[in-house]
Amino acid sequence: MFAKRTIDDETWDDLETALITGDFGIDVTDQIVGDLRAKVARYNTTDPKDLQRMLRETLEERFSTLDSTLKLTERPAIVLVVGVNGVGKTTTIGKFAKFLANYNRTVVVGAADTFRAAAVEQVATWAERAGAHIVRPQQEGQDPASVAFQTVDYAKRNNIEIAIIDTAGRLQTKGGLMDELTKIRRVIEKQAPVAEVLLVLDATTGQNGLLQAEAFIEHAGVTGLVLTKLDGSAKAGFVLAVQERTGIPIKLIGQGEGINDLTGFTPHVFVQNLIG
Amino acid sequence: MATFGNLSDRLAETFRNLRTKGKLSPADVDTTVREIRRALLDADVALDVVKEFTGRVRERALGGEVNRALNPAQQVVQIVNEELITILGGEARQIQFAKKPPTVIMLAGLQGAGKTTLAGKLAKWLAKQQHTPLLVAADLQRPNAVQQLEVVARQAGVAVYAPQPGNGVGNPVRVAKDSIKWAIDKQYDVVIVDTAGRLGVDADMMKQAADIRKAVDPDEVLFVIDAMIGQDAVATAKAFQAGVDFTGVVLTKLDGDARGGAALSVASVTGRPIIFASTGESLDDFEPFHPDRMASRILDLGDILTLIEQAQGAFDEEEAAKVAEKFRTDSFTLDDFLGQMQQLRGAGSLKKMIGMLPGAGAMKEQLNNFDEREIVRTEAIIQSMTKAERTNPKLLNGSRRVRIARGSGMTVTDVNQLVQRFEQASKMMKTVAKGGVPQIPGMGPMPGAAFGGGRGRQQPPKKKGSKSGNPAKRATENAAILSGEKVPGAGGGTPAPAGTGFGLGGGRGEAPAGGPSEKELESLQKFLRR
Ligand SMILES: Nc1nc2c(ncn2[C@@H]2O[C@H](COP(=O)(O)OP(=O)(O)OP(=O)(O)O)[C@@H](O)[C@H]2O)c(=O)[nH]1
Ligand SMILES: [Mg+2]
Repeated sequence: MFAKRTIDDETWDDLETALITGDFGIDVTDQIVGDLRAKVARYNTTDPKDLQRMLRETLEERFSTLDSTLKLTERPAIVLVVGVNGVGKTTTIGKFAKFLANYNRTVVVGAADTFRAAAVEQVATWAERAGAHIVRPQQEGQDPASVAFQTVDYAKRNNIEIAIIDTAGRLQTKGGLMDELTKIRRVIEKQAPVAEVLLVLDATTGQNGLLQAEAFIEHAGVTGLVLTKLDGSAKAGFVLAVQERTGIPIKLIGQGEGINDLTGFTPHVFVQNLIG
Repeated sequence: MATFGNLSDRLAETFRNLRTKGKLSPADVDTTVREIRRALLDADVALDVVKEFTGRVRERALGGEVNRALNPAQQVVQIVNEELITILGGEARQIQFAKKPPTVIMLAGLQGAGKTTLAGKLAKWLAKQQHTPLLVAADLQRPNAVQQLEVVARQAGVAVYAPQPGNGVGNPVRVAKDSIKWAIDKQYDVVIVDTAGRLGVDADMMKQAADIRKAVDPDEVLFVIDAMIGQDAVATAKAFQAGVDFTGVVLTKLDGDARGGAALSVASVTGRPIIFASTGESLDDFEPFHPDRMASRILDLGDILTLIEQAQGAFDEEEAAKVAEKFRTDSFTLDDFLGQMQQLRGAGSLKKMIGMLPGAGAMKEQLNNFDEREIVRTEAIIQSMTKAERTNPKLLNGSRRVRIARGSGMTVTDVNQLVQRFEQASKMMKTVAKGGVPQIPGMGPMPGAAFGGGRGRQQPPKKKGSKSGNPAKRATENAAILSGEKVPGAGGGTPAPAGTGFGLGGGRGEAPAGGPSEKELESLQKFLRR
């Protein structure tokens, strides 16, 4: 699209297509195209390369407005991981535990998904791979809030620096399950402040991602976003709207099923992947 | 949903300026189509699909289809809804069972789509139907996927084949292959193969899926896709189609609030039917896919469709009352007759109208075999009549009939038949309008061979009319029924043998003066019994 000689109608069409198919959503797309049209007119350019540069700048600027640093200074630093079903919460926890272990941090993982079949075993496998401690429910179907409580308790008693708590996937429309998250958080906070509540979003998601973010923020007090499955063909443009509407920054990026496939969020790299 | 302002609201705004009923102006169509484009994109329908779709809607909307019951914008919505349902697959398809068991069903899809849970649901559902399914743990990649399937199998009360521990240990192709032998040995009649989630861009993993497919030679390959997926649905669906080729689609997590535009994208890009919907975390949250529900979900058309239904309903009732009155007072003319026939072409509303008349239920079946070409012939003949002749058929003497035949390119016999059948029909309708029960051949004496039973009535009717409560869906289905009866080569004035409709026999040149023959009665009777 930027390889042509001059900017013409087709260039604008292609730009719109790229943004829409990148899941930015029609509102954000209209906005960006409008901005860039104004800029192209203002700077009086006809060179597609200029347009490409302006697009990159616009996106980088918009993605950079929030602080992506993870705040893990409390001891123990408690991280609650939430999200809809199948987005990659448990896998992210495995990768994140490993990442922290690489920095010589001690980690305990709380298996508070007591609902889904074999979820406890799955997160235990990841904890083992990452060399982290694990707190399992004492009986099947135990109240997840009590597992979270025990995990924090374990971290405190054993001087473990970071506690990461896995939760069952839940659709944001399920009021009862969302209240359960609120309860988990409240129970944890009776013992210690929560350092981060990470909402995991799947890159293949479309416009529903916004609704997910809004609901999880409301019920669980999300402090950061994790974007997974960016190793696929999905572009995840919807996170721009999520960041801007909610003011919650992206903090981690998942790019594969391997234990090391986790990185921080760098607007420059992210935009590079988006638009080439 | 507050963030977007849904399509219903936005269209309601558009409608406010479009109160006049009748033909659509290009401007009306543009405004409405633009809103629909936005709404489809908000619903995550893939851009290419949106373009193609809105193009077709625009074409149809400008194509001069006129529904007098609806205002222009409503007409567009009705077209949209019909098109949506068409793409999503008019009717839910069933699982194809193997002639010789076991039936093999392979599941494939992205990571986290919900395959393992679905495997359990499908197994439980099949077990309820007296099948003996076997779940096969061929996801040896994701940590503890094997255990998850084992738990799910226990919950579903079905058997599981899990010879390998997974977590990277074991060969999924081998497991899948061996599972078939195992199933035959142990006499399981359905084998459901759960596979690891994989990305469309992962060539190695796609190859593995293809190898599994080769190894088990499945009767169905179900592509499992999350209803929340965005524009990537197309790339992914294409990759899976090219990589493993699936025979059907399952949409998961429909219990959330995602519009599920992916359904439209996948169905339209791959041409594969959506077979099941997965709607919750319990193993019973599973159902055959309903295209009409999905259509109104994608565009959030619920309110508008209700409005349209009401408008259409009111209109039909009004018309029905008018016609009934005409029958009662004997002022039903050939013009009215033609009008009814023409309406029938559009939406099957004559059927509905007749349904509203007392005691006419039995006639509806016959009307479902209505031949559309009748309308064309009838139209030609009636349009060649003068206004006076149409209002008062008694004027139609011999020379007038010759003139009309010439003018319409038909024979005098055709004209005679039309007039005769019109008289029979209006006589019958009059009985109906007055509350009488029409006599049906084979069920007692019949006043004139007005309904059904032409010569070509030998082949049994294929389908019955739509029973849907949704008018758009019903219209689509009825249209399909009508068009399904079209016979190629109807042009050129060739006598059309089959399908008679509203008292207008297709069997030309053999006026059924004395009513239907034995044989006709017999076949009609058969028909009525089903
Ligand atoms: N390709 C890819 N796959 C991923 C990534 N993260 C997770 N997955 C896969 O996505 C699937 C679901 O991951 P889980 O970690 O089980 O997701 P979850 O959110 O814990 O799922 P539930 O607990 O069932 O709600 C698994 O097959 C993971 O291997 C990623 O970044 N890239
Ligand atoms: Mg999990």
